[in-house]
Amino acid sequence: MSDTVSGLLTIAALLTLLAVVYVPLGDHMARVFTSTRHLRVERALYRVGGIDPDAEQSARGYVLSLVAFSVVSIVLLLAILVGQAALPWDRGLPGMPWDMAVNTAVSFVTNTNWQSYAGESTLGFATQALGLTVQNVVSAAVGLAVAVALVRGFARAESSTLGSFWVDLVRGTVRVLLPLALVAAVLLLLGGVVQNLSDVTVRALGGGTQVVPGGLVASQEAVKQLGTNGGGFFNANSAHPFENPTALTNLLQVFLMLVVPVSLTRTFGTLVGSRRQGLVLLGAMGVLWAGALAVTTWAEVGGQGQAAQAAGAAMEGKETRFGEWASALFAVSTTGTSTGAVNASHDSMSPLGGGTVMAHMMLGEVSPGGVGSGLYGILVAAILAVFVAGLMVGRTPELLGKKIGSREMTYVALYTLVVPALVLVGIGTAIALPSTADAMGNPGGHGFSEVVYAFTSAANNNGSAFGGITVTSTFFQLTLAAAMLLGRFVPIVLVVLLAGSLARQRRVPTTAGTLPTATLLFGGLVVGVVLLVSALTFFPTLALGPVAEALTGAPR
Amino acid sequence: MTVVIRDLLRQSLAAVRVLLVLTVLLGVLYPAAVWAVGRVVPDRADGSLLRVDGVAVGSRLLGQAFEGGQWFHPRPSANDYDGLASAPSNLGPSNPDLLAAIRERRAAVAQEDGVSPSAVPADAVTASGSGLDPDISPAYAALQVPRVARERGLDEATVRRLVAEATSGRQLGFLGEPTVNVLELNASLPGAD
Repeated sequence: MSDTVSGLLTIAALLTLLAVVYVPLGDHMARVFTSTRHLRVERALYRVGGIDPDAEQSARGYVLSLVAFSVVSIVLLLAILVGQAALPWDRGLPGMPWDMAVNTAVSFVTNTNWQSYAGESTLGFATQALGLTVQNVVSAAVGLAVAVALVRGFARAESSTLGSFWVDLVRGTVRVLLPLALVAAVLLLLGGVVQNLSDVTVRALGGGTQVVPGGLVASQEAVKQLGTNGGGFFNANSAHPFENPTALTNLLQVFLMLVVPVSLTRTFGTLVGSRRQGLVLLGAMGVLWAGALAVTTWAEVGGQGQAAQAAGAAMEGKETRFGEWASALFAVSTTGTSTGAVNASHDSMSPLGGGTVMAHMMLGEVSPGGVGSGLYGILVAAILAVFVAGLMVGRTPELLGKKIGSREMTYVALYTLVVPALVLVGIGTAIALPSTADAMGNPGGHGFSEVVYAFTSAANNNGSAFGGITVTSTFFQLTLAAAMLLGRFVPIVLVVLLAGSLARQRRVPTTAGTLPTATLLFGGLVVGVVLLVSALTFFPTLALGPVAEALTGAPR
Repeated sequence: MTVVIRDLLRQSLAAVRVLLVLTVLLGVLYPAAVWAVGRVVPDRADGSLLRVDGVAVGSRLLGQAFEGGQWFHPRPSANDYDGLASAPSNLGPSNPDLLAAIRERRAAVAQEDGVSPSAVPADAVTASGSGLDPDISPAYAALQVPRVARERGLDEATVRRLVAEATSGRQLGFLGEPTVNVLELNASLPGAD
């Protein structure tokens, strides 16, 4: 079998798996977030928290609870990271320096999972489990809650409430993420991912010794992918054989990244009473993902770039068992889902391949985006699309029976601007500092690309990196932390306010003048809007980095 | 403003209590449950250790450094196969250092194994994503057979048979790439210990 057939079959297997779970998982999530029953464990949680699970919250109340939970999460994680020497199984490691701990705490609470540390040499086993595994689940549940709140904004009419943040958080955790994570963790374990509490030192066959590292890896790995987090237990992330031992676990990991964001379009369709609308949004996500995959695979498998030409294939930074096809598939899926896990070094990808995965994040993480954030991101793009279409035909834009007025458009416009602004201001500030040149791990345009990648990844809450850059200076730790924090919570607050505004409206009847949105044409319009907004924003930046490198790096 | 702060503080109290319970559920019970399942398959959960005469010499999943002509060599590693420092080189596709390293590795392999530089496969001249890649391509293994056989006084057919035993095809027939596990292969060489 040729690599091409193998690669195409792998993609086909992935799509088949996603198609199989789309309806059952999508409908399950729809039931979870509309059910009036509380499970016993959930009641216990509400009792401990002093929460009335049947009390609905306004947009303001929803935001306040969400912000309070996230602030408390950052503080607790910070304490665990700094004070890890007091925990059991600390492997004799000291606490993290404060700036690295701030960066890491913000990183995991914002579902970014950017890592300025190397897991195996920095963190104890208890820290990873109590701190990072927990946030891998609950930060994803926060994203899920926000998406559900926005869906309720469309599904409800003349309602002053959006549901309860606490109920959405707890149900997303207990009924969606945890059961799926348990199954996934066991499958990974059977594939060879380790789950123990001891490092073993062996006398290596070829002489000397080698430490075979341990850790509660399988449980963390499952939620790392399922929650579109991406923070590796080890420095090499999913390229490490103990995180991702085989081609089969690799396929499972890509599936796990995509499964919740993809299935959420079904949940959305079910809850707003138009499953076709959900499919149209999924189609828009899928077109963007497939386009990025086609370009990246072509660049990587085609051996673009000087290093690949010199070596005979683009294998620098790639693992033998995955090869080029599965590495390209992983890279595109991780950048399209805001996961940020890597099974190969993105820094060593071809100029075009690395540039494409970077541009993929610049689309705003909607192909299909992170858990929850992908759905609310594409819905914001859809509102922008009906607005643009409304301008063209001169009618007040509507989506799913809700008028898109000036208040809604204000939230949408701010949402669209905030992340690109963070990226560009971050890059500009970093580049203005002379010390940034020393932080770059590669010369020329590629060094600039490392800085661009860092701020793009942080503000979009992706977390992958062009890893050659050294980001342990206090400047990078704090500016990237700020980009992650604002890039996560400013959009979230805007989305919940948007949801509140939509929920308050009455439903306008569909007339002959209403733009039908559950159509192929509208799906195309959404794709166009996403591409146009990011192209206009980022083209000059991309031109200076990967585009310049691809042109100067062409084989002579 | 004071109303917002008061509400935020009240919500924070709920948040602290919910988060602590969730930490027990997700940070203790969930990993412990997976750990308990791991005790059913301790070989995998503990890192797939490879034992020679009952003594662990490494993990079947992690590469090790093998220097000297009597061994099959693994891929170049950005961290010299340090088990506690996994890392790729992160050298960019146009980085002159990477281009020079590829040229040097190609020349070195060609010389050691007595083949033409153009016959050296890509995995032999590039560092992996983890620095701990346990595998090489069947092409790179085949290229090393005559040297290892000669150095160990074995006939090539025997060594080729051992390579075949350490070779895995694509999983399920179509997933990933065919690989040769270097540690398993070297451990199987007669007189390896």
